[in-house]
Amino acid sequence: MKNGIKSLIAVALGLMAGALLMLFTGHNPIEGYMYLLQGALKNPERIGNMLATATPLILTGLSVAFAFRTGLFNIGAAGQMLFGGFCATAIGLSLDLPRPLLLTVMVVAGFIGGALWAFIPGLLKARYNVHEVVSTIMMNWVAYWTIYYVVPGYFKGASLETESRQLPPEAMLHQQWLTDLFQGSYLNLGFFIAVLAVIIVAFIINKTTLGYELKAVGFNRHSAEYAGIAVKRSIVMSMLISGGLAGLAGVAQYTGNASSIQIGVLPTQGFDGIAVALLGINAPLGVFLSALFFGLLYSGRGFMNAMTEIPPEIADTIIAIIIYFAATSILIERLYQKMKSRRAANKKREE
Amino acid sequence: MWATIEQIFPYAIAFTIPLLITALGALFSERSGVVNIGLDGLMIVGSFIGALVVSQLQEAFPDPGVPKVVLLLIGLAAAAIASALFSLLHAFASINLSANQIISGTAINMIAGALTIFLARNMTGSGNIRVKNGFATFDVPILSKIPVIGELFFTRTYLTTWIVLGILIFSIILLYKTPFGLRLRSCGEHPHAAEAAGIRVQSMRYVGVMISGAFSGLGGAIILLTYSGEFTGNVAGLGFLALASLIFGQWKPIGILLATLFFGFATTVANVSQVIPSLAVFPPVLLKIFPYVVTLIALVIFSKSSNAPKAVGEPFDSGKR
Repeated sequence: MKNGIKSLIAVALGLMAGALLMLFTGHNPIEGYMYLLQGALKNPERIGNMLATATPLILTGLSVAFAFRTGLFNIGAAGQMLFGGFCATAIGLSLDLPRPLLLTVMVVAGFIGGALWAFIPGLLKARYNVHEVVSTIMMNWVAYWTIYYVVPGYFKGASLETESRQLPPEAMLHQQWLTDLFQGSYLNLGFFIAVLAVIIVAFIINKTTLGYELKAVGFNRHSAEYAGIAVKRSIVMSMLISGGLAGLAGVAQYTGNASSIQIGVLPTQGFDGIAVALLGINAPLGVFLSALFFGLLYSGRGFMNAMTEIPPEIADTIIAIIIYFAATSILIERLYQKMKSRRAANKKREE
Repeated sequence: MWATIEQIFPYAIAFTIPLLITALGALFSERSGVVNIGLDGLMIVGSFIGALVVSQLQEAFPDPGVPKVVLLLIGLAAAAIASALFSLLHAFASINLSANQIISGTAINMIAGALTIFLARNMTGSGNIRVKNGFATFDVPILSKIPVIGELFFTRTYLTTWIVLGILIFSIILLYKTPFGLRLRSCGEHPHAAEAAGIRVQSMRYVGVMISGAFSGLGGAIILLTYSGEFTGNVAGLGFLALASLIFGQWKPIGILLATLFFGFATTVANVSQVIPSLAVFPPVLLKIFPYVVTLIALVIFSKSSNAPKAVGEPFDSGKR
């Protein structure tokens, strides 16, 4: 059975479970899903917002998927995203450059910030075989507390203690023609960065020697080593690129979708990236599509909540259930195989 | 300085205990061969069920005739049972279906975090559930009169602290002094040899994961009924810290105790540093990131001589030898 079909079945099962849950808590699921769709797609503005919501998810999903291809589980996309976003925000607030140059520097800084944050777990894994799940979780908290104190210390907002100063408009990814095209939506250049990243990552994974080596390490570390691939360098390289992609998610989130950086929260997009990657079977196009789907659920839920009183957390619940079904997709495959062999047996008997 | 230590000691212990019980549960799971990264989610489930049961009971039995402690203990038991049942999702995926255990655990975290808030919102609107009274602190009779030690260990203690320490001792005996413990550990080291010796590997792994679930549920409920007092849909990432304690403690009960005490004290010191003059000289950010950086360094130091169960994280396939 094709992996893409498994993902679709997991989505269908997740949506059904969501419907049951709505029914169970005394709501009308058909009405709920209808308003959910309307909330995400009713007019150009909402479609734009849906794409903007999906943007950081595309990038964190790519980040997790990229590391996964090398056999690494980057659970630290949240911290990398936060730190990358912080680097970009810091540049945007302190440098005074012409807009195209400033935006370029910000994007590069975001990538480097995220890459730096993933470099440490990558190095620890390559050199000391420290499991990346634990080290990236630790790095998440280090990022959380660093931002918690550095932002109020150096980039304090005028009124709020819990976020940085607002970025000046020329240091943000907003573009007037985009806002006009989508009738006031906050869709911004971040979306194009994400699309570009999907294409570049697809190219690296499928068409380059680097991508081949990284995948080889992911399939079997020992045989890759035997074949002469520098495994340790591949691990560090994979984490660097993965972290950089998460850093770009931070750029898209904090300098595009929002105009300042908040303290005291790890961005949820970091953890959702795991779900996006898993549902998108770690392929760039799959990541793109599943991020759009999650973006739809997240941007439609507010409208659904306003119209029906279904708690907005239904979206998170559906996503979580989908991931569980994706993780246990072998069950679906076994059922499918059983049905297939039974059908074959029946056919034989008829003959 | 002494007064400072005396002041923060009870807080540090209160913070350590839920971490300790959760990490201890994870020890059972990993010793049986299943990685459980879903601790955080299982703690959230425990916190949710604990809040639900205790708040309902306190409403149903408001008269002082029913001792308050009994209601709280029922809440703890309910939380442990609920999380043990919830952990079956992880056990089924990782034992029967040979799913990737880290992905399955991540799914557990996501489901728990989202589903409990969804249900709580349906009940209370805000998504938070308040508990009127939690466990009260008390001084242990006689022992609290001992100089120095009494002041530190036996004054202002929670009942749950003693329950958890009891479970710790019981777990050490169970794991290292009984046939059951030997069997459980063999499943995490060499499941095929264990099977050849007539041990049912899959059943043992189910037991390991469910103990982990029950203990995590206790951990979540203890946070609720001692220092937090309210279900808010998360446990501040303590489940992940418990997982780090397990590794920091090198998969050994006493090691885990020391690791969780370290986290308890480091976190408490960071939390109170601003009000205590002798600590205020350090920049707070350094105190806050200190435990995490130390964990990273410890992981590097231990990397050469890791005591991780050899078969942890690997699905067991009886036919593959």
